Amino acid sequence: MDTFKPIIGLEVHVELATASKMFCGCPADHFGKEPNTQTCPVCLGLPGALPVPNKKAVEWTIMLGLALGCTVNEESKFDRKHYFYPDLPKGYQISQYDQPLCIDGKLGDIRIQRVHLEEDTGKLQHAVGVSLVDFNRSGVPLVEVVTEPDFRSIEEVDVYVKKLQQIIRYLGISGADMEKGTMRIEPSISLSTDGKIPNYRVELKNVNSFRFVRKALEYEIARQQREGHIQQTRGWSEDKNATVVQREKEEAHDYRYFPEPDIPPMRWSGRQISDIRSQIGELPDEKKERFMKKYGLSDYDATQLTETRQRAEFFEEVAKEGTPKAIANILINKKVTTKEELMKFLQNAPSISADELQETVERILKENPKAIEDYRNGKEQALMFLVGQALRQLKGKGDAQGISAIIRRLIV
Amino acid sequence: MDIFALTIEQALEGYRAKKFTAVDVVKTCLENVRKYNKEYNVLLTVRDEDELIKEAKSVDYSKPLAGIPVVLKDLFSTNLLRTTGGAKIIDTYVPRYDATVVRKLKESGAIIIGKANEDAWGHGSSGENSDFGPTRNAYNKNHVAGGSSSGSGVAVALGMCLFGTGTDTGGSIRMPAAYNNLVGLKPTYGRVSRYGILAMASSLDTIGHVTKTVGDNALVLSITAGKDPLDATTDTQPVARASFKRSDLKGLKIGVSPEYLAIGKQATPGMDEKLEAVTETALKELEKLGATIVTVNLPNTQPALATYYVLVPSEISSNLGRYDGVRFGHTRETFGGEAKRRMMIGTYALSSGYYDAYYKTGQKVRTLVRTDFTKAFESVDAIFAPVSPYPAPKIGDFSQDPLAVYLSDIYTVPINLAGVAALGLPAGFIGDLPVGIQLIGPQWSEERLYEIGFAYEQETQWYKRKPNIEGSHPSEAHGYI
Repeated sequence: MDTFKPIIGLEVHVELATASKMFCGCPADHFGKEPNTQTCPVCLGLPGALPVPNKKAVEWTIMLGLALGCTVNEESKFDRKHYFYPDLPKGYQISQYDQPLCIDGKLGDIRIQRVHLEEDTGKLQHAVGVSLVDFNRSGVPLVEVVTEPDFRSIEEVDVYVKKLQQIIRYLGISGADMEKGTMRIEPSISLSTDGKIPNYRVELKNVNSFRFVRKALEYEIARQQREGHIQQTRGWSEDKNATVVQREKEEAHDYRYFPEPDIPPMRWSGRQISDIRSQIGELPDEKKERFMKKYGLSDYDATQLTETRQRAEFFEEVAKEGTPKAIANILINKKVTTKEELMKFLQNAPSISADELQETVERILKENPKAIEDYRNGKEQALMFLVGQALRQLKGKGDAQGISAIIRRLIV
Repeated sequence: MDIFALTIEQALEGYRAKKFTAVDVVKTCLENVRKYNKEYNVLLTVRDEDELIKEAKSVDYSKPLAGIPVVLKDLFSTNLLRTTGGAKIIDTYVPRYDATVVRKLKESGAIIIGKANEDAWGHGSSGENSDFGPTRNAYNKNHVAGGSSSGSGVAVALGMCLFGTGTDTGGSIRMPAAYNNLVGLKPTYGRVSRYGILAMASSLDTIGHVTKTVGDNALVLSITAGKDPLDATTDTQPVARASFKRSDLKGLKIGVSPEYLAIGKQATPGMDEKLEAVTETALKELEKLGATIVTVNLPNTQPALATYYVLVPSEISSNLGRYDGVRFGHTRETFGGEAKRRMMIGTYALSSGYYDAYYKTGQKVRTLVRTDFTKAFESVDAIFAPVSPYPAPKIGDFSQDPLAVYLSDIYTVPINLAGVAALGLPAGFIGDLPVGIQLIGPQWSEERLYEIGFAYEQETQWYKRKPNIEGSHPSEAHGYI
């Protein structure tokens, strides 16, 4: 069974945190609001109402595309995607079909096919004997990031979605929160026996947490080996802890796309694009590299400190309060987020002499030759084990970063 | 005050000179509604009389359309006033907002008498496709009113208001104008906001109006036109009120397309010879006024008609998708026959596997049609054309043959595909039936069309001939309400 290789592609939807909706002036922030209190003729799809695109949403989509290394289509347009569902009041969704805003990007080794902009739908709420629609979400700007089927393991998927989430948050264009539904992931998965892309795929819906993405993919890998290769749309069922079939190939939609006549096509000049590019700022990887160089931080520390833009900015704000390394240690180990807290830690910092630290570490190493060997064989956990031992001996006076640096220096 | 002759400009003058008041005019209009509405099937909703009189009493005469009664085609959303689009599926729908044009008219002091009958959703050129029955022609009640803005035209001719609003996707303002001896404007696409007006085919829909005279028409456009932040397809092009100083047309070149008459005859073998004669006379009048008549070629006229009937149903099938009976209106079997026909055709044309052959090809031909006009306007200031190949047919004559009705749109639909402007003008009569002509101009040329139209109107004065209301009798054969 090991001869099967999973081939995975992702569609990720992200709701933009613009002040207003995609095509009208209603507030876009719908989370926890009383149903149908943020609506107007446009997002209710009332007869005669017309969409006018939100400029900021378009610019943010381009910004995300650029951050993902995409090319911006000089000419882009909106299209109507038709299907019938009670949460879609116009009978069509305004989306982008053959001329998305951005194409051909890359995140790590994963190729990004397109980044396009569309509108979110309303939300159905089912109770016993009655189904209700809340249109507060109807028309909220939604960006879709589509990859090529480039993932070959669930781990790669995990790394990608977390990185994408981090970049989106860095850009400040969305909370990209799976729990709140502002980030939604739809994986497609098939199994290949020869490494080539198979002629079928299973689309997975309703996977609304990182954990479910992983579980649904694991389940599918096993299921497809067991049940064979059939094109389907399946949904993750939390109750059953399984994916269940939603739609067979024969029931595929014909969306009858055509250019949205209510919105003129968009044209982007090189200057407009470079203006948007200049707003991107430093992305996590660049920032990490710079932190390592400028502040002499380890890869681990720099990664930790650049996890969010807020944390990185805080670090830079307070870095001069002590040695950057010491400040980094406090920020990481003590989860300090305000300057006041930091100053307290700096004043009461447990002191320990360099000699005492060195002696303790050497003793621990002597006592654990097996762990050293494991670490040399590439087991990162072994290092963590040794650091833990040292910390225990020092009764919390040392810092993990310092200790791990000494260990690495001694055993390499 | 003779309401059948009264123009908007004269009414405003009458108010200024204190000869009569808005209350007098509104009362007269309401009287005509009482007299003729049932018989001619003109208005689907009439506002409460007391409310109207109250509104007329409190008119602010400093406003540009102060106290001018208007009827709105029932595609125009009116806050808290029923809006059916001529379709029974939403015969209980009451909008909670005003279309931009409605808001502008209200703000300029116009008084909305009611909502006018029309071919359901704007689908038709005779007015017979209304789910509420056809409107009758003001000049001969056995004949069709012309559509789709049928009620808007007849209401003006029958003195129920001083102007009527309409939409023109393929001739829907020019047709009822021509059949009821009125001036009808199909403005440049993007000239007037579509916000709040029930969409037929969004990339062709234009919002205009019918009036008795060219002067009135220009006045109304100066209110309704302009950029609307709620309609992304409107343009910032300024709208100048035509000056109407021109009493001749010296130095102007007016184009005539041989394709129009030839194809008109071919498409509709019954192309009326008398109509041809009226058209010839109108052209001679223009020449007499000093215009040079030049031949222009519009080679894609015939494919334009076919293209229209691919692209328009495609957009219709999309725009009517929201009428599902979930939130308002009735369920979908309530749709009328013509709406169903167009939804089926449009859905087919957009389906995967057929899209390239139909919709996409249609878009290509549309570009060719547009180019036809662009090229033509390099050598002429305006193009002259009939509006319909025949005067208003008898009610029922064509209603069983949808294709014949489609073919009668040959002179009007290419203009909508090209997105240019056209002004329909009264040009004479065949018996008691009015005949219209149209002047087609490039984008944003409304001012020029009005000036030519005004000179022609002053020379011919067809607008002065009023309907002989007492003289005609309804045919018993068709059994309409």
